[in-house]
Amino acid sequence: MQAYIDQLIRDGYFAGMPKEVVYAVAMVLAAFIVLSVFVAPLAGVTSWLERRVWARMQSRVGPNRVGPQGILQWLADGIKNLLKEDLIPSAADAKLFSLAPYVVFVGFLCAFVVIPFGSQLIVADLNIGILYILAVTSLVVVGILMAGWSSNNKWSLLGGMRSAAQIVSYEIPAGLSILTIVFLAGTMSMQGIIKAQGWAPWDWFLFNNPFTFAAFFLYFTAALAEGNRTPFDIPEAESELVAGYVTEYSGMRFLFFFFAEWGNLYVIGAVATTLFLGGWQVPPVTSDPILLGVLQFVVFFLKAYLWVFIAMWVRATLPRVRVDQLMALCWKYMVPLSFLCLLGTICWMLVFPKGNQIFSVAMFVLGLLIVAYFFKRVVFQIRHARPELYFKPHI
Amino acid sequence: MDHPYFPLLILFTLAGAVVLGLLFVAQKVGPKSPNPVKAEPFESGNPPRGDARIRFSVRFYLVAMLFLIFDLEVVFLYPWAILFRQLGLFGLIEMGIFLGILLIGFVYVWKKGALEWD
Repeated sequence: MQAYIDQLIRDGYFAGMPKEVVYAVAMVLAAFIVLSVFVAPLAGVTSWLERRVWARMQSRVGPNRVGPQGILQWLADGIKNLLKEDLIPSAADAKLFSLAPYVVFVGFLCAFVVIPFGSQLIVADLNIGILYILAVTSLVVVGILMAGWSSNNKWSLLGGMRSAAQIVSYEIPAGLSILTIVFLAGTMSMQGIIKAQGWAPWDWFLFNNPFTFAAFFLYFTAALAEGNRTPFDIPEAESELVAGYVTEYSGMRFLFFFFAEWGNLYVIGAVATTLFLGGWQVPPVTSDPILLGVLQFVVFFLKAYLWVFIAMWVRATLPRVRVDQLMALCWKYMVPLSFLCLLGTICWMLVFPKGNQIFSVAMFVLGLLIVAYFFKRVVFQIRHARPELYFKPHI
Repeated sequence: MDHPYFPLLILFTLAGAVVLGLLFVAQKVGPKSPNPVKAEPFESGNPPRGDARIRFSVRFYLVAMLFLIFDLEVVFLYPWAILFRQLGLFGLIEMGIFLGILLIGFVYVWKKGALEWD
């Protein structure tokens, strides 16, 4: 982008303006376009898709009125929330209460800075990339605690405390399983991690050794818990805490919390794709830079969205866990297991300094077999459930 | 301008500005009909009883402390992870001792019952 602006300046479009100001204005414009054209619709459409997917999984129809197939539902929801009264409870700590949505929103949005959508398509390739994501998404905890404490409501306080305890606990298995990849790649930069992998599935870190394979699932589980997603959504458990830390929020402020939750879902998918699934790596099919860029973006987007879809699926399938089960799962199973993955990966790197291609291919084939068997079961179940009685995808 | 963290600053500011702008619009176009019942804390329809800043379980503090210890440890491991190939055997033994001490701590915490939640 810098080169393009330099070209414009040389052509004399911004005569009389300091170069720095032009850069800054262009950056703000670009960031705004990214926010309004990519992030906002992404979170919105994800919210619509999630409701649609659940509906399908529960033999319902789901939202289908606003726009074709109901795809504009998120816009309608946004406008509705915008037109609601802006309410601050009288006993609430007004300053903290209004500050909380900012913190949550900033924490989620700033993760998009280092997400590599293509070999050129990244806002800033920081050399601490993955550590930065861990740090900035932790801001959300602060926002949730602020919301819970300042609302002056018992449900909010309990929800906020539970959420904070849960997010900080699951940060450890997530951090440790990310660490296995940092060991393999030898860098924290997101582009560097992707470049250390290849386009072929057996070059992905997922199939590098059995320990990274396990670390991937540990990471995904921990990330779901960090995003307060079912089966780990006890902070907002409707049946016990009304709405947890958002009980007192309404209108736009309420929306920002859920904007962040759905946007965060994509960040989880994108990080999983970058670390374990080869990111934007595509087979060398074309040398045209623009075509290649588009192809990389599509590949990355689809890989990341697959995990968003699986998160929806998990949410529609699994029941919620109890608080003590949640904590036991984290501290007694996931933390020791992720340590084991870490040590295993280190040993693997010592035994096979260059990796083991044969083993990777074998792992890949095994993974394919598992997926194939799973789909065989799904097809079997669908046949026996006589879906033609109710399965009409285009209602 | 060429600083790698410059886009970060822009996005931080922009995220704040978006929230501010949308809340401002919501305040302008939204209806306003304040009444004392609406501004009460929500307690499932009953009139609120007592202070909402109740005492909560001491377990939460314990979790916070455990988090501090283990998360810091994970952060300490990151530099080693990057230099793993250069440091070789020396780094491995050094960090093995570090991890060993932490493992003893973890077992101790577990045996003490700090990980039980009831």
